[in-house]
Amino acid sequence: MTRLLTKRRLAKAAKQTMRLLAMVAITFFGLLLITFLIGRVVPIDPVLSVVGDKASPEVYERARIAMGLHLPLWQQFLIYIGNVLKGDLGTSVLTARPVLDDIIRVFPATLELAVTATVIGVLVGIPLGVFSAVKRGSLLDHITRVIGLLGYSLPIFWLGLMALMVFYARLDLLPGPGRVDVFYEDIVDPVTGVMLIDCIIAGEWDIFKNALSHIILPASLLGYYSMAYLSRMTRSFMIEQLRQEYVLTARVKGAAEWKVIWRHALGNCAIPLITVIALSFGTLLEGSVLTETVFAWPGLGLYLTNSLLNADMNSVLGSTIVVGSIFLGVNLFSDFLYKVMDPRAR
Amino acid sequence: MKKLLLLACMCMFLGGTAQAGTPQDTLVMASKIDDIITLDPAEIFEFSGAEYAANTYDRLINYDVDNVSDIYGGIAESWSISEDGMTYVFKIRQGITFASGNKLSADDVVYSLRRVILLDKSPAFILTQFGFTPDNVEQTIVKVDDATVKLVIDKPYAPTFFLYCLTSTAGSVVDMKEVTAHEKDGDMGYGWLKTAYAGSGPYMLKTWKPSETLILDANQNYWGDKAKQKRVIIRHITESATQRLLLEKGDVDIARNLAPDDIKGLADNQDVKIRKKAKGAVWYLGLNQKNQYLQKPEVRQAFKYLIDYQGMEQTILNGKATIHQAFLPKGFLGALEETPFTLDVDKAKALLKEAGLENGFSVTMDTRNSEPTTSMALAIQATLAQAGIKLEIIPGEGKQTLTKYRARNHDIYIGRWGPDYMDPHTNADTFARNPDNSDDAKSKPLAWRNAWDIPEMTKKADAAVLEKDAAKRAEMYLELQREHQQVSPFVIMFQDIEILGKRSNVDGFVLGPSFDSNFYQYTTK
Repeated sequence: MTRLLTKRRLAKAAKQTMRLLAMVAITFFGLLLITFLIGRVVPIDPVLSVVGDKASPEVYERARIAMGLHLPLWQQFLIYIGNVLKGDLGTSVLTARPVLDDIIRVFPATLELAVTATVIGVLVGIPLGVFSAVKRGSLLDHITRVIGLLGYSLPIFWLGLMALMVFYARLDLLPGPGRVDVFYEDIVDPVTGVMLIDCIIAGEWDIFKNALSHIILPASLLGYYSMAYLSRMTRSFMIEQLRQEYVLTARVKGAAEWKVIWRHALGNCAIPLITVIALSFGTLLEGSVLTETVFAWPGLGLYLTNSLLNADMNSVLGSTIVVGSIFLGVNLFSDFLYKVMDPRAR
Repeated sequence: MKKLLLLACMCMFLGGTAQAGTPQDTLVMASKIDDIITLDPAEIFEFSGAEYAANTYDRLINYDVDNVSDIYGGIAESWSISEDGMTYVFKIRQGITFASGNKLSADDVVYSLRRVILLDKSPAFILTQFGFTPDNVEQTIVKVDDATVKLVIDKPYAPTFFLYCLTSTAGSVVDMKEVTAHEKDGDMGYGWLKTAYAGSGPYMLKTWKPSETLILDANQNYWGDKAKQKRVIIRHITESATQRLLLEKGDVDIARNLAPDDIKGLADNQDVKIRKKAKGAVWYLGLNQKNQYLQKPEVRQAFKYLIDYQGMEQTILNGKATIHQAFLPKGFLGALEETPFTLDVDKAKALLKEAGLENGFSVTMDTRNSEPTTSMALAIQATLAQAGIKLEIIPGEGKQTLTKYRARNHDIYIGRWGPDYMDPHTNADTFARNPDNSDDAKSKPLAWRNAWDIPEMTKKADAAVLEKDAAKRAEMYLELQREHQQVSPFVIMFQDIEILGKRSNVDGFVLGPSFDSNFYQYTTK
């Protein structure tokens, strides 16, 4: 009987995995198809990025053929898919290197920024949300709401420049744009590409401190936006939970108030919060485009913007695949966590 | 409150790790360098790329940046020209060593020039316009002995035309041994040199991270005056405001892309100085002659009276460009400096009336959505409206508007054109020559893009490039420009000025009339 059950469970798991894989494959295919089509439909001549405005007609034509642009659209797409399956994302026009190498080079910078920002967002945003839910209508609640509102409405670009102006130019508390000071440029070998980790590996503590000081401003800024979102969401989840009867029961039972709030109520918010954090992480990757421009942070956002502006389609498609995969990965991971934490979802 | 204090302390602790100023022996620049798409001199055709090559490679000959007509030897110690004006013999300077340690000889020169033609990348036309082809390079670019190179061209062009072309990036000499060692499937090292270095210039490449940093180190083997700064670090910073902050704080020595507002803001800063140099690019409107209104001569003329040159120069461009109304920029042989046009709405209205368009008409203008182009377009829209011309601005990304322009699908295009080499033919060739105006023409200069059919003017431009006497040649270009200024569908408005902000202790940065003549090696601080 048990064996039969296990078998059934296995079959169910296998089926679920298959379904998941099929879903991932379809999503990817759709993602590629749409990006590819947009790239080809826009009235921009991609050959111009390669040969420039002044090339002779022969040079131009040769480049067009080398890029495969003389083939019908469907054939171009099939060739592209075939190459992607082989792990070849093509060569970037802008950097003259394989797109995959480029992404491996720039992505860690964005990841470093987004993770630090998420940590800041979670550590500040959730407690703020909890406090303002508990002390609804208090001064703190109002302040939190104003902070949240500003986070929604102020353009990150402007805020970034203002932050640089205040903390870097006027107060001299933090360093300026870039990942490290010029002195430290190119000293640490990029093992992981994440500067902070690379410094630890190399044992370069001075550079580590410098890199840490450089990340504070951009990460806080990005973190501010996720904090604003997280605190709003936490507040509403908490208000919902605090109304529940189990909270009353816990209080009647004589449980300490902090325990009621932080363990019982917040514990029950954890599940929806995971989805919110995952979503906000995804948005951070997106939001990093402007932050990276202001802070000269050489990450995926900057790379993608440059590629788009220069009609460098291989890089655009490559970056889209990476960002898409991360979105998908983060979503799958949050689903997985969901199932671990909530038995009903299994 | 405690937490705030703690945060402030932490900031100070971390902030304290940032050192003030830049290292004494390093030149640090903030610049937009995302236009570098290759490091191979046979392919480089962008501003930042040309500047990189100018500082890391040597060319056969150079020109004086303050007096362009003074051409002097680089790798070539001297040269002679045959009587028929078609054979050039260059004596190669002895004792030059590449950064790799290899000796430079005539073989390297021949290899480099042939390589440009055989690879046939974007800048190849600068050399192939003299009749060099992949099939004839063996006969036309020849080593006579280890110290002598002979080049044979197809027509007796004005000597300066050919010599100026050799001063461009395409004339850089690469280290043959080093490049051939990295050759793959007969690509002449193209795949490798795109991201690597094989030169003999004052600086050598240390690292290039595209759209991030470019680091150059002084070349200890350099044959001329050694570079004063051991290292040059160029950081890619797109935002003008960010560049300004870095410059004010002393975290960079030079900021290269400051917007007019930021330049104004820096005026009172004692630690910062502004330097300017006229560059060769001109700003113009191209009026497509396929448009029924724009093809009328009176309308073309009216447009030239409907631009507020002074207003735009003082407000929008504010030091970044100067009024210029002929196709040859100031500094070029035979440049016409007369500026006969000013904003004169009444005159324009009279001209429109003559054309039977006193009630005005509607027309579109493709405009790239970046500054200062957008602001210029708005100013032009306002002045055209005064004469009843309704201008619709079609904003687009740079490559998008360019695609449309190249296909002659625009009404009006607002753009900027930079010369490819220092000879007047570079702009005459595109603004005043159109050998074939048909849709499938082989050569498509700017005159073609605006469908301006000019067989007579083309002949004049062709004659000017063959004139050997410099004074006569200058006169021919002046005459050509005077005619062009009045009748062409090009409203030439301004000439670019490059502005950089530098820390006041920085000196000796050479700003030339083009990006391939900006030099770092004499910079001190």
